[in-house]
Amino acid sequence: MHASVRQAVSVNITPPVITAAGREAAAPADLRMTISKVNFWYGAKQTLFNINLGIATSKVTALIGPSGCGKSTLLRTLDRMHETVRHARLEGEILLDGNNILAQDVTLLRRRVGMVFQRPNPFPKSIFDNVAYGLRINGSKTPLADAVEKSLRHAALWEEVKDHLHKSAYELSGGQQQRLCIARALAVEPEVLLLDEPCSALDPISTAKIEELLVQLKDLCTIVTVTHNMQQAARISDFTAFLLNGQLIEFNPTPHLFTTPSDPRTEAYITGRFG
Amino acid sequence: MTMNGQLRWRKLVSNFMLTMTGVCALVSVSVLFFILGYLVYNGGASINWNFFTKLPAPVGETGGGMANAIVGSAKLLLLATLVGVPNGFFGAIYLAEFSGSKIAFVVRYAADLLNGTPSIIIGIFAYAILVHPFNHFSTYAGGFALGVMMIPITLRSTEEFLLGVPRALREGAMALGASKWKTIATVIVPAAYRGILTAILLAFARVAGETAPLLFTALGNRYWSHGFNEPTASLPVMIYTYAISAYDDWHRQAWAAGLVLLALVLIINIIARSILARGISVPRS
Repeated sequence: MHASVRQAVSVNITPPVITAAGREAAAPADLRMTISKVNFWYGAKQTLFNINLGIATSKVTALIGPSGCGKSTLLRTLDRMHETVRHARLEGEILLDGNNILAQDVTLLRRRVGMVFQRPNPFPKSIFDNVAYGLRINGSKTPLADAVEKSLRHAALWEEVKDHLHKSAYELSGGQQQRLCIARALAVEPEVLLLDEPCSALDPISTAKIEELLVQLKDLCTIVTVTHNMQQAARISDFTAFLLNGQLIEFNPTPHLFTTPSDPRTEAYITGRFG
Repeated sequence: MTMNGQLRWRKLVSNFMLTMTGVCALVSVSVLFFILGYLVYNGGASINWNFFTKLPAPVGETGGGMANAIVGSAKLLLLATLVGVPNGFFGAIYLAEFSGSKIAFVVRYAADLLNGTPSIIIGIFAYAILVHPFNHFSTYAGGFALGVMMIPITLRSTEEFLLGVPRALREGAMALGASKWKTIATVIVPAAYRGILTAILLAFARVAGETAPLLFTALGNRYWSHGFNEPTASLPVMIYTYAISAYDDWHRQAWAAGLVLLALVLIINIIARSILARGISVPRS
């Protein structure tokens, strides 16, 4: 880490820089989710400090920052996956369409907020059964075959798998498996889709396909993605939040953040001086 | 010692150790083949249709079979499975998915101790609670004793297989809005079922040959046992009684019973392994 950055972080907690443009773009009416005053602890260790952030509807919001900055932790609070970890504690408020998600039934919440993980994690089932899983456990009334085809098309996987839907999901390549996981998440028609470094285990071609896919999926749902790859954030996102040591340093429209960062720490990070 | 001498010494030690490990491996394998060969040699000749269909012949007469012991063993193992498998399976789910680390430690430790308890002690336990109060031996008591033996084996190995299911799969299911029970029932158990089934079959094979817990629970019977409330014959006890008798014909039948028992265990093993090789499995990463 750059020396000046370390000093700035350890000495005081500065409020994140949100410029007029950022504030305007994140007007409450357009916000699908609002994160306010979120603090987070793993045991005694605090990993998020007073995070305030709005997630714009039908846009791609990217969370960037060096390893251990808390970007994945922040993402996982949005569908309360942090609760699967022992000794995790969250304070603050997270609104989804104006309602506090922390007060809702967690299984209902996770049907509205889907998640795709870092490594493809298809179930040991057929391609069809993987996509149908969410519909089946929710007792959905829609005809399964139609819904599965629709989701696979949305995930740009249909053409590749339509002739062997009943083969094991593990026979697909890594990139195809990740698109299958996206299709599986889309099948329950979530309002928000969270992606935790979805391309970090994939080759460049698969990565390009997923990036293209995410941009298209904006029409379907609101997307929040974590990435350690700044170029990726610049390519696909509309808004970018930069986190460092558990603090939100800067949140702005992506072009703004990457061309004229408002905080010297953001500039140091995106120009590759640390992280 | 010179450099050369040291090198020669190391080579000597290396060769010695290699030979030792090889010999030990050979001994372990040859014991099995020796037993198998001996059983086939001695028992094969006495296996005939009568062996599977006839009751034991009265003392002094030759011929007869062990039909009652074969059926008796089947009944005992059925009861044992009913006692051992649900207990071990659901206990393992609790252990792997719900319990805190302290409870899990105690349960695991207790299961390991139970697993190491001499089978005759388990027989005495079954005698004390199912034979003594009712004043008669029964299939129930024998099946219960064998079932108790199956619990820790099923429990520990099922738990291992459940814990082996990658965390990513649990998260995948929960992220789709599956409750904990749904996640267990629709993802975790299906992902581990082949391992679990193998564990159950191996536990089954293990108790199929137990003699000691049956000696004073199911006792033995030279005739058909009706229902589950009467003493019953079983293959292991029959082998024991026939092998220590004074009659050559009984010795031959004991060999035959041994062969049948071993064949049964072997078949179960083969089934277990063929199940393991089928279906969609989670790749190791």
